[in-house]
Amino acid sequence: MNEIQAFLSQAWPWYVSGPLITLIMFLMFYFGKSFGISSTFKTACSIVGAGRYIPFFKMDWRNQIWNMVFVVGAIAGGVISSTYLKNPEPIQLSIDTVERLSELGIKNAGANYLPEALFSFDTIFTLKGLVFMIFGGFLVGFGTRYAGGCTSGHGITGLSKLEPTSLIAVVGFFIGGLIMTYFVLPYLIQL
Amino acid sequence: MFRFDSIHMYGLLGTAVITGALLIFFVKKSRMKNIDGDLIKFQPNERGYRKYLFGGIIFGFGWALTGACPGPMYILLGNGFFIFLPILFSAFLGTLAYGWLRPYLPH
Repeated sequence: MNEIQAFLSQAWPWYVSGPLITLIMFLMFYFGKSFGISSTFKTACSIVGAGRYIPFFKMDWRNQIWNMVFVVGAIAGGVISSTYLKNPEPIQLSIDTVERLSELGIKNAGANYLPEALFSFDTIFTLKGLVFMIFGGFLVGFGTRYAGGCTSGHGITGLSKLEPTSLIAVVGFFIGGLIMTYFVLPYLIQL
Repeated sequence: MFRFDSIHMYGLLGTAVITGALLIFFVKKSRMKNIDGDLIKFQPNERGYRKYLFGGIIFGFGWALTGACPGPMYILLGNGFFIFLPILFSAFLGTLAYGWLRPYLPH
C-alpha cells in the first residue's frame, strides 16, 4: 500500500496525465454529457437567480447539476492528492523559469503550487493583489463565457472534435496570454 | 506557461488532444452508443469567429494573471489554497458581467 502511495505521489508524467484527461472526456460522452468546466460559472450565476434579471442566465440549471457535481469531485481530488499523495519534491520548474521569477522578486518558486508572495489573503487587498487575483479571475470568467469555453471545452474537447472555431478560441487564449506575459506583467509585478 | 520553458503543460495538452481526436474518430466510426443507448453525437460549435477570438484573448489575459484556468482553480482550492475562493468568486462575477453585456458585444 505504501509503495503504491509513494508511486502515485510522484509527479505524473505529461504523457500519462494527458490521456487520462481524454478518459475523463470519454466518460462524459458515455454518460451523455460534455466536458467543459467554465460552464459551471454560468450555472452558478443561474442558481443564485441571475436569470431573473439577465436573460442569458434564464435556464433550467437543474439540468446542469451534474457539472457542479463534477467540479465538487475535482475539489475532492485536490483534497485527496494533497492529503494522501503529497509529493515531497519541489515542483519541477525549468531553471529558466525559477531564475526569471527570482529576478521578478518571487523567491522560492516551485516550493509550492502558487507563489505565496503574490497569491495570499495578505496581499488580496493591495493593488497588486486586486489586479492579479480579482481582476484576473474576472477576466477568466468573462472571457471563457464570451468564447463559449475554456481549456477543457475548446482546448481539449473542441480541438479533439477538429472544430475550426475552437482553434480560433485557443489561438485567442495564446494571443491574450502572451501579450499579458511579455508586455503587461513586467509592469504589473512592480505595482 | 506562456514562456514555453517546460514541456509539462504542452505535452499534457498535446497528448490529450491527440488521444482525444483518435477517441472521437473511433466513437464516430464505431457508432458508439451512450449509457442510455443513444448514438453519441457531437454538437458543432456556433459559427462565427469574433466571439471565439475576442473571448479567447480576454480569457488569455486572465489566465496569465491568475496562472490558472477554471479547472485548476477548483482543484487548487481542494489542495487547500483557499485564496482561490475569492478568485472563483470574481470569475463568477466576470461571467455575470458577460451575460449582462452580451447584447452589446460583437459575436
